[in-house]
Parts: sequence; structure tokens; C-alpha cells
Amino acid sequence: MAVTNAPVDPAPIGFLEEKAHRLRRHMVKMASGKGQGYLGQGLDIADLLAALYFYEMRYDPADPKWPERDRFLLSTGHYSIGLWAALVECGTLRTDELSTYGGDGSRLDMSTLDSTPGVEMTGGSLAQGLGQAVGVALAHKLDKRDAKVFVELSDGELQEGSTWEAAMAGRQFKLDKLVAFIDCNGIQADGKLVLDVEPVADKWRAFGWDTMEIDGNRMAEVVAALQWARVERGVPKAVVMRTVPGKGIPTLEKREKAHFVRVGDDEWGAIADELEKTRG
Amino acid sequence: MAKAGTTLGMGVSEAVAGNFIMAPFGKALAEVARNRPEVLGLTADLGKYTDIIPFAEAFPDRYLNVGMAEQNLIAVAAGLAKTGKMPYCTTFGVFATRRAYDFICIACAHSNLDVKIFAALPGITTGYGSTHQAFEDTALMRAIPDVTVIDPCDATEIMQVTHAAATIKGTVYVRIQRGNVPVVLDPKTYRFVPGKAQRLRIGKDVGVISTGLMTARALEAAERLAKDGLNVSILHVPSLKPFDADAVRAFAASVPRIVTAENHVVSGGLASLVVEALYDGGLHRPLTRIGLPDRFPECGSVPYLQEKYGLSVDGVVKAIRG
Ligand SMILES: Cc1ncc(C[n+]2csc(CCOP(=O)(O)OP(=O)(O)O)c2C)c(N)n1
Ligand SMILES: [Mg+2]
Repeated sequence: MAVTNAPVDPAPIGFLEEKAHRLRRHMVKMASGKGQGYLGQGLDIADLLAALYFYEMRYDPADPKWPERDRFLLSTGHYSIGLWAALVECGTLRTDELSTYGGDGSRLDMSTLDSTPGVEMTGGSLAQGLGQAVGVALAHKLDKRDAKVFVELSDGELQEGSTWEAAMAGRQFKLDKLVAFIDCNGIQADGKLVLDVEPVADKWRAFGWDTMEIDGNRMAEVVAALQWARVERGVPKAVVMRTVPGKGIPTLEKREKAHFVRVGDDEWGAIADELEKTRG
Repeated sequence: MAKAGTTLGMGVSEAVAGNFIMAPFGKALAEVARNRPEVLGLTADLGKYTDIIPFAEAFPDRYLNVGMAEQNLIAVAAGLAKTGKMPYCTTFGVFATRRAYDFICIACAHSNLDVKIFAALPGITTGYGSTHQAFEDTALMRAIPDVTVIDPCDATEIMQVTHAAATIKGTVYVRIQRGNVPVVLDPKTYRFVPGKAQRLRIGKDVGVISTGLMTARALEAAERLAKDGLNVSILHVPSLKPFDADAVRAFAASVPRIVTAENHVVSGGLASLVVEALYDGGLHRPLTRIGLPDRFPECGSVPYLQEKYGLSVDGVVKAIRG
């Protein structure tokens, strides 16, 4: 089995930053011309996705079902635009599919379906991801497999009880190959978080998870967290990421209504330009 | 408005031509709350997406957002209702029913509590896929004893039902359309009556029994068919529980053939109720069922999906023609 991605140290930070930029470019391409989309969230996890798909994870883009693979479960289904970008960039999905995002009959839905190659879970009904990740990690443990399980969840998903039920189970079963990334972007459907979830890191510590807090939009910190998460101490790990919705495109970073970005037909050119300029 | 052929996000209401009212539910709830200090508005991080904002703006102190936590939404509502309040709760139908079902069943219905659940995105009113399309919620809710289940046709009826819910004792589940909702029924003449079906059109050739937004489609289809000389009767059944079985039987007896139309799977909802009512009455009529099949609907634009599943006016016309 050809594994075409596996960590190579020292981490190539500049290369990963370029990958994150390319993912953002794919996302703008997907959203372009459409009146609206979850572009802000995709942009805010681009750095994590780049680090996972082009540094940390062992997987074969040509064989997304390879049983020994490390898995990434995107619990927050509406972040799909980010995952599509990563799957196109690694080669599992085709570049020419980008423009079909959200279209009738497309595989690149607004919310993830696990019928699309490379997708590990169906999202959209939130806070179902951590429990599934616990199940996958448990199966690996029972089968004595070495594979890691990475799962992303949003700050809004911290408000659902199911997240904490899964957190307790992860700790109980000593899933030390399970790593959760909590995307604290400060927003949810009704605006800024309507129910306080802080202190996030302390909550995970209280649930018995090894916990680290980072700026999720700084590649060096994301990479450091991934390296830290490799050390197995008999408990699962939580990486609390502080991120900015719309990261990389200042106009979007400043948007009040960031959960569901609306962009006029005439604005897309400027948005694409801003992304390139910000990258420098 | 989005372009044709693209899934609209969960926040976007579909385009409708003609006469409509923006956020009929929230507007009516603000009216209800004016005379009833016990009324509260609750949501689980979907205030903007379930049209409760007009109420929230009118009564900010009586608007409570519990965060994205539907089980807790219903549990908290039950506690409030036990203590003299009348909570109106909003979320999407899928999350109310699939995630909070046990809480609705036990915390609310079992104690016959005055919890009013206004559930958005019924059936195919979003292109956001099975995770957001409440295609089996009526079947689930009608299976719980003592719960009232209502699928209003349009803005007129949504507003009337919002008022009526306060007078119906116990747990009430209402499927709402949101955003710009069409006005189909004339507010001057139409009156929603709890538990009652209403004949909206008389024709001798085919009888359509419909609920929710499918009644609007049926009315339009009937107009078209009348031009071809096919005369259609329409019985609108907003109340699925309690179900007006007598009216359904009387209606069925008056036509040679019936068509049911619902924005829901054809098992467990209106079509099943009609078949049960006819069987119980020993009545037989050829039956065509318009509704969703027994499989997960996909993502896509709403017009595309409605066409695909025969819920469009064209689809209804075709089914009535037989
Ligand atoms: C169980 C469930 N409840 C409600 C929703 C509707 N919904 C979609 S996104 C969202 C906001 C959740 O918060 P978060 O993921 O932090 O949002 P974002 O950062 O993308 O704005 C909600 C309530 C859902 N998809 N799933
Ligand atoms: Mg968030």
C-alpha cells in the first residue's frame, strides 16, 4: 500500500502556509458567483486542514478507504467547503469539480455526505462527530491498529450535550490516538456565541483530556500542536484553536454576519484579489 | 436570491412570486404575547432562521436563546410550562423531532404541558439535504399521545395557528414556512379551526386531500385542470392530529377518486391517516399519493427537488390527471 502522505520533520512551515493559501483559493473559487456560502468557516480552518492533509496524516489520496489510514472527521458539516478544498488539493477529488459546489447533482454539497470519496462522516446535524470519532478510535484500539483519529468540532457544538457524553467516553476508554480540534471562531447561527462556552480549555481538562490552546491561524502553532499530540499519555487530546472567520480576506474578517456570508456578484473579483494581496 | 440550480443555505428563504408576508410566525407571536404575559419565545441558536425575531424585538426580556442544544430547549420549556409559563419554542423540525423526541414525549406530552413547538424547514423547503429536511416529522409527532400536530398552508394560516396554539391545551407541534411566505388563503374569509378539515374547492371529478403547502399547490393545479374541463374538489387538512376523519370520509364519499398531497413521506403522515380513516369507515376509493418516497432526499435547489419528487404544481397536475 502506497502511503503518499506521512509526516516529514522538520515541518516545512513555508510549504504548509502555501498549501493553506491554495486551499483558501479553492474555497473562493467554489463560492464565487454563488450569492452566499459558508466561506468564512472554511477559511478559518484552512491552516488546520493544510497541516493535517499535507503534513501530519498518513493516508493515500488515491485510495481513501485504505484501512490503515489516519482519519479526519469533520463534525461541523457546513464547513464542507474547507474539506472539499483539501480533497481537491490532495487529489482525491478533481479540480474541475470545484465550480459544482452546492449545485444540483454535485458531490460537493453544502454539507458533507460520506458518499463523497475522502469524507469520513455525514455532517449537517451537528455534534455527532466526536461520538463517531470515539467509536472509530475504539475500533482501532480493539484491532490494535496504529492509525490516528482526528476530529474537528465547532464552538457551537460545545453547546450540545452529545459532545460531552462523547468526551467522557473518550477519556474512559483511554483513546490516546484520538485528537479533537475545537474551532473556537466565536460565532454561531444567531451571531456571536449566544451561550457562553468558556473557559473551553478548562472544560476539556476537567473532562480528563490532555489539552492545549493555540492560535489556529498560525501554522507554526498548528504544527506544534500536532507534534505535541503524537505523544501518548493514555488519554485523548484536545486542541483548542482560536480562529478568525474569513481568515485571509480582510473584508470577510470584518463582516458582522459571518456565519453565512453573502457576497454580491460584483464583489468576487475583489475578494479573490484581497486573498492574493494578503498572502503577499 | 440565489441562482437556479444551487443549494441555498439554511438561512435563505425560497423565492415566491405574488402576495406574501415576511415572518408570519414571529409577527403573530408578538401579537399573541401582547395579551398573554405568560407567553415566552425560546430558540436553540436558530432565532434568525425560524422567524422569531419580530417577537424578540417586541419582547426582548421574554426571548430566550439556549444555544445549540435542542434537548435542553425542550426540557427547559417543560420546566417553564410547569411553572405557569407558555413557551413557544423554535428550531428546525429535524432537530426538534429527531434530537429532542424523548424530551417532547416525556417531559412535555406525558404531562400534557403547554409547550408550543414551531418547527421550520418541513419536508422539501430547504435544499440542504436530509439533515435539514424534516420529511418524517409528522409521522413521529403523531405517534405521541396527546400531541397536536398542524401543517399550515400559508402565511394566513401560520398566523392563525400561532394564535390558536395558545388556546389548545397541551403540547402543540406546528410545521412552519419562514421568510417570505405566500398568502394563499384569504385572511378575511378563511378561519383555521383546531381539529377541523376544510373544503376549499368543489368539483365532481377528483378529490384532493392535502395538507401544508401542498394545499397551495393543489389549488393552483386545480385552476389549471379546470381549463381542461377536469373539476377538482379540495379538502385542506391542516390538523393531522387530531384528525378530522369524519370530514375525510364524507369528502371521499363525494368523489370517485382521491389524491393525497403532503410535503412529507407518504408513510405515516396524511396518506396513511386517510387510508386509516377510509378503512375504518369501510369506504373504498382509488388513491394516488403525492409525497416523498421511502428514501433519503438529496441536496440541491428546492425547485429541482420539488420537481424531482412530484411536489411542484406540475407534479400535482400530473398526479391528478392520473
Ligand atoms: C443539531 C443541530 N442543531 C442546529 C443546527 C443548525 N445550525 C447550523 S450551523 C449552526 C451554528 C452552530 O455553531 P457553529 O458551528 O459554531 O457555527 P459557525 O461557527 O459556523 O457560525 C446551527 C445552530 C444544526 N445544523 N444541527
Ligand atoms: Mg462557531
